Amino acid sequence: MSAIVQVNGLNKTYDGGFEALKNVSLDIREGEILALLGPNGAGKTTLISTICGITQPTSGAITVGGHDVIDDWRAARKLIGLVPQEINLEPFELVANTVRFSRGLFDRQRNDAFVDQVLKDLSLFEKKDNRIAELSGGMKRRVLIAKALAHEPRVLFLDEPTAGVDVELRRDMWALVERLRADGVTIILTTHYIEEAEAIADRVGVIRGGELLLVEDKARLMSRLGQKELRIELRDGVEALPDALAGFDLTLSDDKRSLLYTYKTGEERTGITRLLSAIQDAGLTLADLQTRESSLEDIFVGLVHTEEGEPS
Amino acid sequence: MNWNGIAAIWRFEMARFFRSIIQSIVSPVLSTSLYFVVFGAAIGSRIPEVEGVSYGAFIVPGLIMLTVLQQAIQNAGFGIYFPKFIGTIFEVLSAPLSAFEIVIGYVGAAAVKALLIGCIILGTSFFFVDITIQHPVWMIAFLLLTSISFALLGFILGIWARNFEQLNLVPLLVVTPLVFLGGSFYSITMLPPIWQTISMFNPVLYLVSGFRWSFFGMADVPVAASLAAILLFTALCLGVVWWMFRTGYRLKS
Ligand SMILES: Nc1ncnc2c1ncn2[C@@H]1O[C@H](COP(=O)(O)OP(=O)(O)OP(=O)(O)O)[C@@H](O)[C@H]1O
Ligand SMILES: [Mg+2]
Repeated sequence: MSAIVQVNGLNKTYDGGFEALKNVSLDIREGEILALLGPNGAGKTTLISTICGITQPTSGAITVGGHDVIDDWRAARKLIGLVPQEINLEPFELVANTVRFSRGLFDRQRNDAFVDQVLKDLSLFEKKDNRIAELSGGMKRRVLIAKALAHEPRVLFLDEPTAGVDVELRRDMWALVERLRADGVTIILTTHYIEEAEAIADRVGVIRGGELLLVEDKARLMSRLGQKELRIELRDGVEALPDALAGFDLTLSDDKRSLLYTYKTGEERTGITRLLSAIQDAGLTLADLQTRESSLEDIFVGLVHTEEGEPS
Repeated sequence: MNWNGIAAIWRFEMARFFRSIIQSIVSPVLSTSLYFVVFGAAIGSRIPEVEGVSYGAFIVPGLIMLTVLQQAIQNAGFGIYFPKFIGTIFEVLSAPLSAFEIVIGYVGAAAVKALLIGCIILGTSFFFVDITIQHPVWMIAFLLLTSISFALLGFILGIWARNFEQLNLVPLLVVTPLVFLGGSFYSITMLPPIWQTISMFNPVLYLVSGFRWSFFGMADVPVAASLAAILLFTALCLGVVWWMFRTGYRLKS
């Protein structure tokens, strides 16, 4: 697959001297859903704003659809739709008018049928003649999405689309993202919710302190960094870990009936076979075995808390 | 050129105007009528004629200019300041629109609004005084140029302003005094010589003078000077706007 967005050696230093992006390089493939994860202040919004032309890069190059965002900005920008993190809408405007406005801004001929369809897709059609001020917070967020979709973008940036949105609406948005993807739209979303990235992304990027720590296929990331916990239930509890098992990285559960063993799923030698035979040799009887896979959340927490992120 | 984009901004801004059409029109018409009553009737009865024109008619061009300047600055200033203030400006900045196109949209809408109000005031004044316009084409040209150049100034102020106070400050402290001292309600030949000289440095004098010439064929300064002044002012404003967009001044970080 070809890259529809290419970011090369991007640096951004704000006027006050703050380095918000440090040498970020990223290829976004056409048609994929990329989730950017990172703690507050990591630089997610800065990265998106720079690609969209709202923030000026300090150095580095960005292309969208092969068009440089500085030299060939007009062509690049026509391809992009942006749903910003902050809800900023003109309170006294009518819903339909703001969406039509967005379509026009991006050099599309007026097409009320299309705008109506976008509003329907976002369950906003009944509110099309209401003022923005008369909408609920979740509806306003959907208006922002409608505005971003009004000019039929090829690349859609969603900056925390589901922040402050109820569970049902979040599912609706995921469904919408799926539909857009089916139409071939490339989607980049930032989120704090790992479950969101896990549910809809093809690839996950992790940003921290202005650095892109890694970008990887979600499944690969999980298997590469994923850990599993093996829970070994014993028929008869033990008071302490038997000396024979001292060589293993084991912990005894609080009720002293189970042994807990953590291992990396991607590794060739998990040590499980050796452990199990050692347990047998120690004269213990197994009652049950359980494994639990770590979620993206565990991986993410592990990553942003280690001093050195693993190179991608 | 992104004509769809220009049209979108223009329509959006005009919609803002028509949403509050009553305030937009009633307030200038009311204040103009008050000026006619106060200046025209009360003072005019003591100054029967200025260079052969009745005082009531004499102040019409100045009155129109006063309102058109205020409206052009206010509309353009607010038009760009408000999206900046509530954050919707991001959309315009991320759209495939050049600085020039953005300016055409916002300034164009503000200028048209100011022009409309200017025409309404002219219409109102027909109820109070008899006027014949000697050079109607020039009158429209002056009105149009003034609307555009001061809408540009308002646009600059809107980008520069960090709060509503600043947005209102310049029109209040600079523009209104310049208009009042710019011969809107008198001919500068009525002033002592020293004040006549000082008035020559007031750019608004050139506007009012040229505009009044298009009505009555009389002027405080040569018409060519008026035209040159307003073109110079427009060019200056365009230069500042160009610089603002090039550097992202108070728009982009
Ligand atoms: N206009 C600005 N001027 C100076 N510093 C800024 C500006 N905008 C953002 N920053 C700084 O850049 C860093 C990254 O900000 P950014 O908004 O990109 O983070 P983020 O990853 O989107 O965070 P969040 O998850 O909270 O939205 C922060 O430390 C922020 O304070
Ligand atoms: Mg952010």
